Amino acid sequence: MSTGEKVAGSVANYVDERTGAAKWLKKNLTKVFPDHWSFMLGEIALYSFIILLLTGTFLTFWFDPSQREVIYHGSYLPLNGIHMSAAYDSTLHISFDVRGGLLMRQIHHWAALLFMSSIVAHMLRVFFTGAFRKPREFNWIIGIGLLTLGIVEGFLGYSLPDDLLSGTGIRIAEAIIQAIPIVGSYLTFFAFGGPFPGTSFIPRIFTVHVLLLPGIFLALITVHLMLVWYQKHTQYPGPGRTEKNVIGYPLMPVYMAKAGGFFFIVFGISAFLGAVASINPIWLYGPYTPGQISAGSQPDWYMGWLDGLVRMAPPIETHAFHHTISWNILIPGVIVPGIFFTFLALYPFIESWMSNDKREHHLLDRPRNAPNRTALGAFGITFMLVTLANGGNDLIATHFSLSINQITWMSRIGILILPPLAFFVTKRLCLSLQRADRELVLHGKETGRLVRLPHGEFVEVHEPLTDAQAWTLTQHEQLPALELPEVDAHGVLRPGGLRNRFRAKVSRSNAEAIAKPKPDDLKGIEDH
Amino acid sequence: MKRLSRYRRHRFAGPVLLVFALFMIGATFSVASANTRLAARVMSRTAAIDEGRQIFLKGCSSCHGLNAEGGKIAPSLIGVGAAAVDFQVGTGRMPMADMSVQAARKKPAYNPDQVAALAAYVASLAPGPAIPDQQVVYYERDGSTAQGGELFRTNCAMCHNFAGQGGALSRGKYAPSLMKATPTQIYEAMITGPQSMPKFGDKIITPSEKLDIIKWIKAAQNEPSLGGASMGRVGPVTEGLLGWILGLGLLVGIAVWLATKAR
Repeated sequence: MSTGEKVAGSVANYVDERTGAAKWLKKNLTKVFPDHWSFMLGEIALYSFIILLLTGTFLTFWFDPSQREVIYHGSYLPLNGIHMSAAYDSTLHISFDVRGGLLMRQIHHWAALLFMSSIVAHMLRVFFTGAFRKPREFNWIIGIGLLTLGIVEGFLGYSLPDDLLSGTGIRIAEAIIQAIPIVGSYLTFFAFGGPFPGTSFIPRIFTVHVLLLPGIFLALITVHLMLVWYQKHTQYPGPGRTEKNVIGYPLMPVYMAKAGGFFFIVFGISAFLGAVASINPIWLYGPYTPGQISAGSQPDWYMGWLDGLVRMAPPIETHAFHHTISWNILIPGVIVPGIFFTFLALYPFIESWMSNDKREHHLLDRPRNAPNRTALGAFGITFMLVTLANGGNDLIATHFSLSINQITWMSRIGILILPPLAFFVTKRLCLSLQRADRELVLHGKETGRLVRLPHGEFVEVHEPLTDAQAWTLTQHEQLPALELPEVDAHGVLRPGGLRNRFRAKVSRSNAEAIAKPKPDDLKGIEDH
Repeated sequence: MKRLSRYRRHRFAGPVLLVFALFMIGATFSVASANTRLAARVMSRTAAIDEGRQIFLKGCSSCHGLNAEGGKIAPSLIGVGAAAVDFQVGTGRMPMADMSVQAARKKPAYNPDQVAALAAYVASLAPGPAIPDQQVVYYERDGSTAQGGELFRTNCAMCHNFAGQGGALSRGKYAPSLMKATPTQIYEAMITGPQSMPKFGDKIITPSEKLDIIKWIKAAQNEPSLGGASMGRVGPVTEGLLGWILGLGLLVGIAVWLATKAR
């Protein structure tokens, strides 16, 4: 043993005798994780969060979260002598007079976009593979919580510089809060400390942006990861992979190296984007004044779908008892997002209610083998894409020489027609793919080799799948639809007739599938 | 005299004399011709109006009427002034390429002299705003960029976008990009209110404020791309697209690569 090893050994021993860390580390460093690129989407979100913490801390050194009025005399001459808030002034200072400040601002903002897009991509992966099923429902809900808080955090973050664009966004947020019946006006006065814009909003959202929400994020991410650790990671189906094992690589050294390396890659790409592509050029927008607005005022993309919903809402208002309800803001700004996120959060329970499947699942579904869920996902994505596109309706109009009115009407019709259409098409596609799988298992791969038989017939030679391939295509379960008869064994009407009928109907839709090949089918063909 | 005669036979005397003679000829010609053009301009105001009338009859009257009185599809031009003609025809908007919602900026159909003749003709019909080329001469000296930015954001940005990139209006109409507009054209647009644009008279935006706005727009045209590629200066839409396509695209590509290499 060399001296170095001796020293390291005795240090390790010293620590272990006092903490008992060796046993814990031995157990956990060898923990196995399955390997797939789609399992790294959540990692991107985690790493961009770390980048956000680092760059965000840098920005707080110079940012002055105050709406105190100052006169700008910094390096950016087109704004020289203009009255503005200290928040905007200090953001200009960070951008032009702090070394590396603009780069840090841009890395921070690009990392925020990556944070949100990787959360969405990660969520879609979890959704389409059924990874949210028991025992992971809580982790799914925590994920939805992180997504919604991420939207809020991003909105507050880009509102902090108090520029003309973000001020417009705050104004819209104020309108949405005001649209909440009865309490809306009180809530805005509470949030803004008086009438809009006031002088308290920027300092308040600063505290929420840099202290409260990051704290909640840290707590939720910790619980999120601890649950992954405790419940173990899901894995894609394949030979040797069961509900009781995890096939993959140990944390140490393979995953440590991969994850560590991937962190620097995420940091590198954020920094690359921050270095080459301008983001949120607040000096072009100018300082916020309620009397000014720019054409093409859009929010960041994760708010863009909300903006798109508001933009497509028809002008409906009701006046009753000296009270106005702006349905054109209330529905797209509060009700629809509320329904959407509630449904998203509750989906694991809805699915288990539809199938009555209360068992644990650690093997992932191939999306085609859950046609109803995959189609629902396509419904959601289409819904989001229509709203997102309408959020940029003015840019689509100018860049493609279209009429903004036509785009708005297309969105109003599209939001009703396209998601159900996507549901239908996706479900049919999934069933077709199931049929193709069945065909493949029963008849093997087409080789393209034509053979002429002695009596003149041409046949194409099919090559049978390997056992492993056949296993992967047939391992999934196909649960039957729920049987919920209206009368019980004695011919007496069961309670909850309407509810049962509805549940039986959605259960049938959920269980729709092409029967996977059974061993008998294959045997029948071979005998044939 | 003696000194001059001493150099008379110098070997450079010939070439120097030749250059001097050529310069004199050129200078005389340019002075003479400038004089004639000035004279011609003064004398032939009526001739220009006449020429403009001829161009008008050929290129404009089918919509605007034989006496510019307007018709079902085009407004009357009596009283719109030379500024409106110089703006509309000088930016190629008129004659219109087609009867769509709005006349687009394109390569002008007439050369500057013809535009001037048309402007003179329309100006002769009734008094209207003149071409403001004398007003804008000193925009660079007298204007204030920062002040112009404030005025622009208050009066112009709601249609033309915060950086003058243009924006959508209702039913396919649009506020055009200002990236190609000349100082005179900007001034003309403000005083004549072309197409969907309102008129900004001198009581709403004073002539000196107009120079501020022109100076700011010229600065916006030459605004360097601080912080990297500007991506059209249209706000967060292009940023989001780049984040998803390039940012997340690259990361997913690398994730696929990382997961493949391990096998």
